[in-house]
Amino acid sequence: MRTHKQPCRLDTGGSSIQRGKPLRFSFDGKSYTGFEGDTLASALLANGKHLVGRSFKYHRPRGILTASSEEPNALVELRKGAFREPNTRATTIELFEGLVAKSQNRFPSLAFDVLSVNQLFSRFMGAGFYYKTFMWPSSFWEPVYEKFIRRAAGLGRAATLPDPDRYEHAHHHCDVLVIGGGAAGLAAALSAGRSGARVILAEETPRLGGSLSRTDIIDGAPADEWVRNTRRALEALPETQIKTRFCVFGYYDNNIFAAIERVGDHLAATPKHLPRQRLHTIRARKVIFATGALERPVVFDNNDIPGVMLSSAVRCYVDRFAVAPGKSVAIATNNDDAYHTAFALLDAGINIPVLADARLAPSALSERARQLGIRVQHAMLPQCAHGSHRVTALSLQRTDGAFAERVRCDCIGVSGGYSPNVSLISQRGERPRWREDILAFVPETNKTEDIGCAGACHGVFDLNACLQDGFDMGERTAKELGFDVDTQTAPSAPSQEAGAIHPLWRCPGNGKAFVDFQNDVTADDIHLANREGYSSVEHLKRYTTLGMATDQGRTSNVNGLAILALAQGKSIPEVGTTRYRPPAVPVAIGAFAGHERGKNFQPVRRTAMHACHEKFGAVFVEAGQWMRPRYYPELGENMEAAIWREAKLVRENVGVCDVSTLGKIELFGEDAAEFLNRLYINGWSKLPVGKARYGLMLREDGAVFDDGTTSRLGNNHFLMTTTTANAAAVLAHMEKYAQTVWRDLDVHFCSATEQWCGVSVAGPLARETLKAVFKGAVDLSNEALPFMGVREFVWNGTTARIFRISFSGELAYEVNVPWGYGEAMWERIMDAGRAFNIIPYGTEALGVLRIEKGHVAGSELDGRTTATDMGLGSMLSSKKQFIGLPLSRREGMTSPKRPSLVGVKPVKPKQRLRGGAHFVTDIAKKGKIESLGWISSVADSPAVGCWIGLGYIQGGHTRIGEKVTAWYPMKNEMIEVEICDPVFVDPKGERLHG
Amino acid sequence: MHRIKCPFCGERDESEYIYQGDASVSHPPFDASIGDFYRYVYVRDNPKGWHREWWHHVGGCRMWVQVARNTLTHEIYATAPAGGVLDFPEDA
Ligand SMILES: [Zn+2]
Repeated sequence: MRTHKQPCRLDTGGSSIQRGKPLRFSFDGKSYTGFEGDTLASALLANGKHLVGRSFKYHRPRGILTASSEEPNALVELRKGAFREPNTRATTIELFEGLVAKSQNRFPSLAFDVLSVNQLFSRFMGAGFYYKTFMWPSSFWEPVYEKFIRRAAGLGRAATLPDPDRYEHAHHHCDVLVIGGGAAGLAAALSAGRSGARVILAEETPRLGGSLSRTDIIDGAPADEWVRNTRRALEALPETQIKTRFCVFGYYDNNIFAAIERVGDHLAATPKHLPRQRLHTIRARKVIFATGALERPVVFDNNDIPGVMLSSAVRCYVDRFAVAPGKSVAIATNNDDAYHTAFALLDAGINIPVLADARLAPSALSERARQLGIRVQHAMLPQCAHGSHRVTALSLQRTDGAFAERVRCDCIGVSGGYSPNVSLISQRGERPRWREDILAFVPETNKTEDIGCAGACHGVFDLNACLQDGFDMGERTAKELGFDVDTQTAPSAPSQEAGAIHPLWRCPGNGKAFVDFQNDVTADDIHLANREGYSSVEHLKRYTTLGMATDQGRTSNVNGLAILALAQGKSIPEVGTTRYRPPAVPVAIGAFAGHERGKNFQPVRRTAMHACHEKFGAVFVEAGQWMRPRYYPELGENMEAAIWREAKLVRENVGVCDVSTLGKIELFGEDAAEFLNRLYINGWSKLPVGKARYGLMLREDGAVFDDGTTSRLGNNHFLMTTTTANAAAVLAHMEKYAQTVWRDLDVHFCSATEQWCGVSVAGPLARETLKAVFKGAVDLSNEALPFMGVREFVWNGTTARIFRISFSGELAYEVNVPWGYGEAMWERIMDAGRAFNIIPYGTEALGVLRIEKGHVAGSELDGRTTATDMGLGSMLSSKKQFIGLPLSRREGMTSPKRPSLVGVKPVKPKQRLRGGAHFVTDIAKKGKIESLGWISSVADSPAVGCWIGLGYIQGGHTRIGEKVTAWYPMKNEMIEVEICDPVFVDPKGERLHG
Repeated sequence: MHRIKCPFCGERDESEYIYQGDASVSHPPFDASIGDFYRYVYVRDNPKGWHREWWHHVGGCRMWVQVARNTLTHEIYATAPAGGVLDFPEDA
């Protein structure tokens, strides 16, 4: 394998990398080599690449700032084609063979970017730039401003193809969730786990150990060895799970957490049997946050030039990845931690031209550094970084702003102190508390019993103290949950004397000193916003966009608050904090969707006869979750022709239609009839056994809710049917009244939709067909089974029910058999019907037939209409009271001006009607179009010979014979139509009674 | 996400339930005024603190369950069957 030399890789060391396993990758089309265990960031640095992106607003060159998921700068487009993912952090991407990444936000190339002229005009692009510039004229918004903003401000480009990856969801229940696998988290998991509690230890990165460094000693051994031993000890505990590449990003009520597990992201391709990512939902009885602390950058002029890096990141790249971030690394700090970076650099033989310490007095560590030959300068601040695409020098100043010296360097390690990582904890709304001694916000956890914090995430920075803190917290938490805890001693490390931290919020200067790197917010922007009156921290955030990028300002928030506080002469806690929101890190939308996408978005319900429909070549339509046959095209037939043929042949011969999806509810009890009386607008007490009746029910507000036939199968036994769409809603509605309002009624009911399947057999030959099917098992004569008659009978050893009801207006029967017999019934009907030229018909023809007959359906029951609007006012019983009656009497519900149901047909018979068209008059006169009503359903009617429709119009049937205009603005069609009776076919009902 | 103790099924996840609104309003008798029905259908308090609610156990036994929930803290104090006595904390 041809590998490239890695010019900045150190010859020895690097606990995370495997030198025996080189990996090739490409960045912006150029190939490089790294090692297994590298991140994309460490591999780029090993190849001397600091410049990895352009900034959001000014398109300034940007380099790698961190070694962790807080990275604001090094955002790249990862992978290609449909797999392309924008805004991935180079610092968290694990290198794999063949990795392809591209820089973002540059045009045409990273080194030469046209839009970087933005920074020449930067006085026009300060805080509130978008608000000010794009205010006026408002008509410019869409055509001009939005396009410019999208072009100029877009970070990465999302793939435009469907996401080809797979995602899974998983759920966990645990006693103790420990978030963070550093020293404190490991100690907490150990003591909690040993008690027998069910523990999940969640670590975002692939490895445990957090910020432990190569030189740390725990229990007398190198820290890495202690981590290995602890891992082994935890793995031996049966109830403890260690989860790596497992980032907890959301904290919700009742101690519920969401985490994303990167299962395949570190691999060149996710194996077929694995998802790319898993979204985990964790319900934890108690949680211990051990999320560590984040180092703050130092705010000085040109602090964003590639090569300026957090001191902890410099140390991490040297220690873990054996990468020299520079040949000559200057250090600027206000605290002790950066000294450990200096020692690591020294160890690796990297030159340190200066260590500028903002503190006035030496500390124990600075003395040690001096003894090691490091040039330590106290009371010294960075003034300005020099260079364009890479740092070339650093100017230093004294605390009074006087220039001190200029040192040559190609990397600057900066440390502005540490902020506990409170982003996850504060999602629950707890405001953190300011601690002046460590210059940091720490979480306020004593208010909530179920939360514990350990280690640096609540301001404990010393390693020995972290271990003790974590161990105690794990033990205490397990004890509180009732687990027995053996007395054990905590792991220990040599204690170190810690020097104090010195405030260093804005080093004096006049240039661009960046606070929020991802959103390009400078210290000046914060001052400007404050001068313009955006003094509240929430306003500042929105006006300057500080902290509003994908990193939610984790490296910038405290510096920004401090600069605002200084500008206002207030203390930092007086200025306050902003709140973090889930997700704490960007999560792919596909992970939230999981398997529930495409066909798996919701369950698919198929009727018992589905296979029969497929055999007949049915084209299906989704009706809620149900798959229903829409029409059955014959060879070469289009949809319109098939529907027309089906509707015609039903009226000529006989047709069969699957109506299994209608809701079916069986009711029992002494008071079942009374219950129905209250549900429906019409009466049920006098319905004889063996008869069905059409019923209409209202909502409590008086509008029509649902309709269907209900049959009396026994004195105290009814079978109700509902529309397909409302089956679940009607059942819930009934349960509410039976359980909570009329608890004294003796009525019980349950859904039988999936127990009984049903077909409708309709047409003049329906009786002959069914006679041939049932062969005397049931008497189908008009006398024995008249219109609206119902019979239960035994057919082929099973119970069958037959209902003489008709939606089409033809002689029709509905037959129900137990679900499992559906296919057999369908086939027997088709066999017997062959002699009568039977055809199957779908929902479209069913719709045509019911419109021809003037029957209302879903489009007419639109939630706004009343029974009277539908022409069914005569069904309103005056002898009883029922749901919706009181409010149906309101003035607006009974107004004569309400549109009511009519039929409609075009004056010119060839013209097509459109559902949704509005009836309008006098267009020419007024110039203003006034709606008289609308067309709700239309059909190309074989029986009438032209398009027909149902609709609602003011004046209703009094307009029959009138001609009005139907306007369909979607296609700008206006046609003349005639209002007519809604019953187009067999108005006297002779066919269905035949 | 809540866990709600169904009086019939035991503790179950919130996802098994559908929230069905204020349980402190009751259906007026049919001879009540239009005004009474108007208030029953449309008028609700928006309390900060303890609230009597209906949760319908649709993914379980399909019973309507009374729930004492704190709208501020999301704490659920007690549940009861329809028609049963629902306990609230003393300070409610
Ligand atoms: Zn239940």
